[in-house]
Parts: sequence; C-alpha cells; structure tokens
Amino acid sequence: MKIITPLGQYLLLMRLVFKKPENPRIYFKRIIQEIDSLGIDSLGIVAIISIFIGAVLTIQMAFNIDSPLIPIYTIGFATRKSVILEFSPTIVSLILAGKVGSQIASEIGTMRVTEQIDALEIMGVNPPSYLIFPKIIAAMIINPILILVSMILALFGGWLSGELTGLLTSSTYVLGIRFAFKGFDIVYALVKTVVFAFLITSISGYFGYYTSGGALEVGRSSTKAVVNSSIMILLFNLILTQLLLA
Amino acid sequence: MIEAIHVYKEFNGKTVLNDISFVFEQGKTNLIIGQSGSGKTVLMKCLVGLFPVDSGQVVFNGRVFSEISYGEKKKIRQEIGMLFQGGALFDSLSVEENVMFPLSMFTKQTLEENRERANFCLKRVNLENVNKLYPSEISGGMKKRVAIARAISLNPKYLFCDEPNSGLDPTTSIVIDNLISEITQEYQITTIVNTHDMNSVIEIGDKIAFIYKGQLWWQGDKHDILHTDNKEINDFVYATELTRRLKGK
Ligand SMILES: Nc1ncnc2c1ncn2[C@@H]1O[C@H](COP(=O)(O)OP(=O)(O)OP(=O)(O)O)[C@@H](O)[C@H]1O
Ligand SMILES: [Mg+2]
Repeated sequence: MKIITPLGQYLLLMRLVFKKPENPRIYFKRIIQEIDSLGIDSLGIVAIISIFIGAVLTIQMAFNIDSPLIPIYTIGFATRKSVILEFSPTIVSLILAGKVGSQIASEIGTMRVTEQIDALEIMGVNPPSYLIFPKIIAAMIINPILILVSMILALFGGWLSGELTGLLTSSTYVLGIRFAFKGFDIVYALVKTVVFAFLITSISGYFGYYTSGGALEVGRSSTKAVVNSSIMILLFNLILTQLLLA
Repeated sequence: MIEAIHVYKEFNGKTVLNDISFVFEQGKTNLIIGQSGSGKTVLMKCLVGLFPVDSGQVVFNGRVFSEISYGEKKKIRQEIGMLFQGGALFDSLSVEENVMFPLSMFTKQTLEENRERANFCLKRVNLENVNKLYPSEISGGMKKRVAIARAISLNPKYLFCDEPNSGLDPTTSIVIDNLISEITQEYQITTIVNTHDMNSVIEIGDKIAFIYKGQLWWQGDKHDILHTDNKEINDFVYATELTRRLKGK
C-alpha cells in the first residue's frame, strides 16, 4: 500500500516534467550545463572503475577457465561478454546512481528547503520541468557515451592485466575480443543504459523535489534517491534482459 | 487589486489564519503587520497560491485564483514579483544572473538589454560591484537586496515583500522602503509588504492589516495607527522605548 502513493506522486511529477517548456532556448542551455555536470564530471570515476574491473575480470576468467579443452582466447571472449552485457551498462549505472543520484537529490532538495523552488513557481516557471527535464535528457544523452567509454577502457584494462601478468598474449586476447562479435550486444547495453539514465535522474529528481524540512531531510532524500534508483536499476535490468535477450 | 475573502488556513489542526478578509489596493503599499509567528508569511503564501487555502478565496483583479486554469495561473505569476523572507536566491547563479533570470526567461530582449536592466535594478537597491559574486559570498542584507532587485526586474503588477528590511541597517532600510513605495506609485503596482518594523509602518503604510492570533484584528493607515484605542495594536506600536517616548507616554 505504501508504494502506491509515492508511485502516483512520481507519475504526476513526470507529467509536469514533460510539459511544454516556457523558453526552449534556456532549456537547451540547461541541458548543455547538465551534460557537463552530470556526464563529463563522472568521466574520471567511470574510467578508473572500468580499467580496474576489466583487469580483474580477465584475471578471474583466466583462473576459472583453467582447462586444456577450452581455448585460451575464451578469456578475452568471456571478458568482452561480461563487460558489454553487464558490467558497463549495469554496474557503471549503479555507480552513477550513487554519484549522480545523490548530487541531483541534494541539489533539488536544497532548492526546495531554501524556497528557491517556490521562487521559481512564483515567477511563473514550471519548476519540475525547469529543474528535472534537462537532467533527464542530459543523462539520456551522455550516459550511453560514458558506457561506451567504460566498455573500451574495461577491455583495455583486461588487455593490460593479461600483458602484465603474462596470463595470455596480446594477440590471443584480441582474438577473443573479436570472436563471434554480435553488434546487438552493444545495442542491448545502450538500451539498458538509456533506461537506467532515465530512472536515476527522474527518481532522484522526485526525491529531491519532495524534500520537506531542513538540511537533515536533504541528506535523507539523497540517501533515498540512491537506494531507490539502485533498486529500480536492478529490477529493470532483470525485465529488460528477459525482454531483449530471451 | 488583490482581495482575500474569508481566508482560512490550518496546519495539522492548528488554525493559523482565521477568516481573513482584506482588500489590497492597487497603487498603494499595503502592509501586513503582526508579531512573529502571527501568520504573516502564511497569509502571503496563501495570496500567491504557494499554500492552498482551506476555505475562502483569493481574487486577482476579478480572477479567482483557485478557479482559473494552470495556464492562466502562470500568466498571473509572470506579473508577480516576490521577495521571500529568506531571499531564496538561486545559489548556482551569480548576483547578476539572479536578477537577469526572470528577464531571460520571459522576455525576448538581448543579453545586453537584460544585463542593463539588471544593473539598473541593482543600483536601485544600492548594490554595485557585486554582480559577479555568488549568493554565498554576500551578506544577509545584501542577499535581501538582490532578491528585491530580482523581484522588481520584470516590472511586476503585483509585488510581494516578506520582511524587506529585516537584517538591514536603518539607512539602507529607508532606501528600500522608499524604493518600494516609489515604484508602487510610479507603476501603479499592488504592493503587499510583511513587516514588524514600526518605522516602515509609519513611513510607507498606505493601508495596514494587523494580524493578531490569526485574525484580522485591525485595519487602517499610517495615520490611524497612531491614534487608535485598540489595545493589541497599541501594545504592538508602542512596544519599544523609542516609540513610547515619541508619543510622550
Ligand atoms: N509549512 C508549515 N507547516 C506547519 N506550520 C506552519 C508552516 N508554516 C507556518 N506554520 C505555522 O504558522 C504560524 C505562522 O507562521 P508565519 O511564518 O506565517 O509567521 P510570521 O508572522 O511570518 O512570523 P515572522 O514575523 O517571524 O516571520 C506559525 O505558528 C508556524 O508554526
Ligand atoms: Mg514571516
């Protein structure tokens, strides 16, 4: 029962978010700013995580596929499959839910408790749309790019660890990476990413927007934003995987 | 002109506004006065529609606010300038950008024209050379003045100021009071000011509503208020030694 009211409130908020903007030029500018603050600012953390996970994945694959019957290039193949299908789109999105989600909820929550949202409303601006819409669009544009970067860097990390540990040669790794490549895997990953981007920004926007009280509640909203968008990412990951791959 | 008609408002069973009816006139500085916690801010927020009223109506020049469409509400709001008690400046924008915000949102003017207008408004509130600073980098009184500049940037038809001179020194206070009173007459604005500053009351109170225990306890103007028998209003007006001395009590 307790989930029904927030869900209804969330859907009503989304209706306001997607109302026609007062001034498209300003919204365009806001989207560019958000691409910068939500996307470009996340590049660093995405890069670091991707390289390390790619490296670890390759080493683990190498230890697990320890049978003379399985060709060594399978290591590269399995690394690529895990990176593209699951690690980059889902795990990196979860990390982004933590970083971007808390950023959005605390920014909008602070605006709420300091009456900045009321000020927008009084001016005749539609605050949900002005505040949340550019973030949703920006994330849906920039997250797929982040995820592509993450894939490339994770595969690079795999190659690097293979090289450094001597578990497999460059050419074997590359052979595995290219083996039975399916373009659809990338499409699947990007579709997931776009859906996750929407979930992260809209859910965090929702929790920020309905903050009430003071600084304490802003912190609480931002925790709720991260927890709820993470759970929704996991749930939608299951649904989308079933729909797209089954 | 804005009319409040039998406005009631309660929070969690506690009545804050109890049957308030008052006409806020155009071209006049209408004051809402009363003790801290008497419901001035709540009344102002009910007038602009930030709080829905529990019963009663708020009427903007004949248009009942609760009965008009979302689009019409937005239209009216673009004619409202409001100063919040806490300023409510956008902290991601600089001082100048804050004042320019309504202009760039709702006018087709160029950036230069907007900047010029913003600087004009900032000058009127005695603020210069702070354009590039952010709200976190200026003092409380300066924030308040930036917020006033932002509220008047679009030449509003309705101006709401929640305690425009709390936190200001007496000299700046007078500048702000005079500014509010001047533009009200000059542009025939319907201005509503919340205050508990007696000096403002006597300077600019064209029409005064005294709120006491959630009720409209007394109304009049800056002349009447000094010569009323109403006990509560006298307690309010002559609360300080200074005002008592002036009256010779
Ligand atoms: N959002 C709210 N929820 C619950 N109660 C509220 C809310 N806002 C105000 N109140 C209550 O309404 C009463 C009036 O508050 P209000 O802010 O209008 O006072 P005020 O006259 O503006 O005082 P001050 O001069 O100190 O600003 C207070 O008792 C306050 O507790
Ligand atoms: Mg108040």
